[in-house]
Amino acid sequence: MSQAAGPGTLPPLTAPSATTGLFEVFRRRYLLRLMVSREIAARYQGSVLGMLWSYINPLSQFLIYYFVMGFIFNLHDNVENFAIHMFCGIIITGIFTECLGSGTRSVVRNKGLVQKMALPREMFPVAAVLVSAYHVLPEIVILAIACFWMGWTPDPVGMAAMVLALLVTITIGMAGALMFSAANVFFRDVSNVVQIVNNLVRFGVPMIYPYTMVAERFHGQTELFLANPLANAVLLMQRAFWVGTTDSPTATASTDLPDYLFTRGVMALLLSLVVLGFGQLVFSRLENKIPERL
Amino acid sequence: MAESIVVDHATKTFTLRYHRTFKQMTMARLKRQEVSNTFTAVDDVSFTVEQGESIGLMGLNGSGKSTLLKLINGIMRPDDGRVLTRGRIAGLIATGAGFHPQLTGRDNIFLNAAILGMSEAETKRKFDEIVEFADVGKFLDTEVGHYSSGMYSRLGFSVAIHVDSDIFLADEVLAVGDKPFKKKCLQRMQEVRDSGRTLVYVSHAAGSVRKMCDRVIVLEHGKLGFDGDVDAGIKYVKYDGETEDALEQEDDDLGADI
Repeated sequence: MSQAAGPGTLPPLTAPSATTGLFEVFRRRYLLRLMVSREIAARYQGSVLGMLWSYINPLSQFLIYYFVMGFIFNLHDNVENFAIHMFCGIIITGIFTECLGSGTRSVVRNKGLVQKMALPREMFPVAAVLVSAYHVLPEIVILAIACFWMGWTPDPVGMAAMVLALLVTITIGMAGALMFSAANVFFRDVSNVVQIVNNLVRFGVPMIYPYTMVAERFHGQTELFLANPLANAVLLMQRAFWVGTTDSPTATASTDLPDYLFTRGVMALLLSLVVLGFGQLVFSRLENKIPERL
Repeated sequence: MAESIVVDHATKTFTLRYHRTFKQMTMARLKRQEVSNTFTAVDDVSFTVEQGESIGLMGLNGSGKSTLLKLINGIMRPDDGRVLTRGRIAGLIATGAGFHPQLTGRDNIFLNAAILGMSEAETKRKFDEIVEFADVGKFLDTEVGHYSSGMYSRLGFSVAIHVDSDIFLADEVLAVGDKPFKKKCLQRMQEVRDSGRTLVYVSHAAGSVRKMCDRVIVLEHGKLGFDGDVDAGIKYVKYDGETEDALEQEDDDLGADI
């Protein structure tokens, strides 16, 4: 009983499972860091090319769209620097689909830990999301190099647009990862639904087609198109990189980007935060039954 | 003396699903079979453990011991009632630790310690001690998925026992290890108990419970069957008959741990 101290120094009597969800995850940063590095190691376990796959995947996607859309649908003529235009979109949809895909599987894949250790279970989808976000850094470097080569000079407004775009994407990706990771425990069908969502996302943003086309064809309905936070993120990303590579950036910005781009971006971020809150709510509701259903 | 664990009318119910796919469920409904059923693993259990007490948790297989430990550990939340604990909790649930099979023993030690609330510096300081106690030798840098079940549980026990916790939960820890390791474990657990930490020890071996604990709680079909004196508790679960000879041969009584 040597350790028994006076009641003043004792830790409080609390519910052992009491967690504050996402906040608790970011309070335990050391554990989160270990989980992230573990995820990175585990994701490429047993693969010969390893980390290279995270470059090959977007690259192959890039080439497919580049040739099919560019040459067959003739977008090279219609859109200036179409490759850069598209790559901005590929980066954003890439983060999102990665977040959703690996986030959804995260809880089920970490069965062993979930059933035996007490830790905030949000840790698993959050780690998966951070890994996905981490993979995007080299892609942005590649994009920036390509842009420099095309005569782009970075501007502070553009960089702010990039940060906002990434924030929106990661927030909405985390919201999806939270919701679907818990739901996937109950019905493994969820991962198939996520596949469909991921396919849809690539066509719901101005990536393989320019925003001007949306403004033209859906005249009056563009607000609906722009309600999608990811569409805003892609447009912000294009503001950050693609616009600066065109012959006349101001002209491009006025025709190829919607008005009030930043206001829309901030609104998209707020919307994403609301969805994230909803995701946390869903996760907390389902969490109780997770260990017994795995 | 302050209370360390408060279990207050805790109830945990599991839903058993007999069918997984939509087709199976529809067929079962058409045939008017049961689609799901509930099962109360822990049924309105209440007790209080004071700081520094060591509790022997006994009961037959399926009586809810592991579920109760999961409630105390925080892996599960009670559906009804509440469970409160004071301080850091470490321990093992159902023999194995929560290891990641694809990570090496070394990585798993760090991960496991971090989950139990240890900082990086703390883990590094205790690393050698943990490795030495687990005695996994050259397998430290091998994926734990390739470990023998004995090695696996040795490593798990070693990490858990070296965490500075206020409560230590030991769920059938001695079931897998070999005799020398069991001896080492018991010794370590006695040290834990003597240092004033709260101990909850799940075991079927009356001898070791008698040696380790100063109070016995018996679960029966999820309900609290007995709470009190060690000898009376062991008598209650009717393990006392076997204990006579076990007491004569201490080593064998450790071996009786299933």
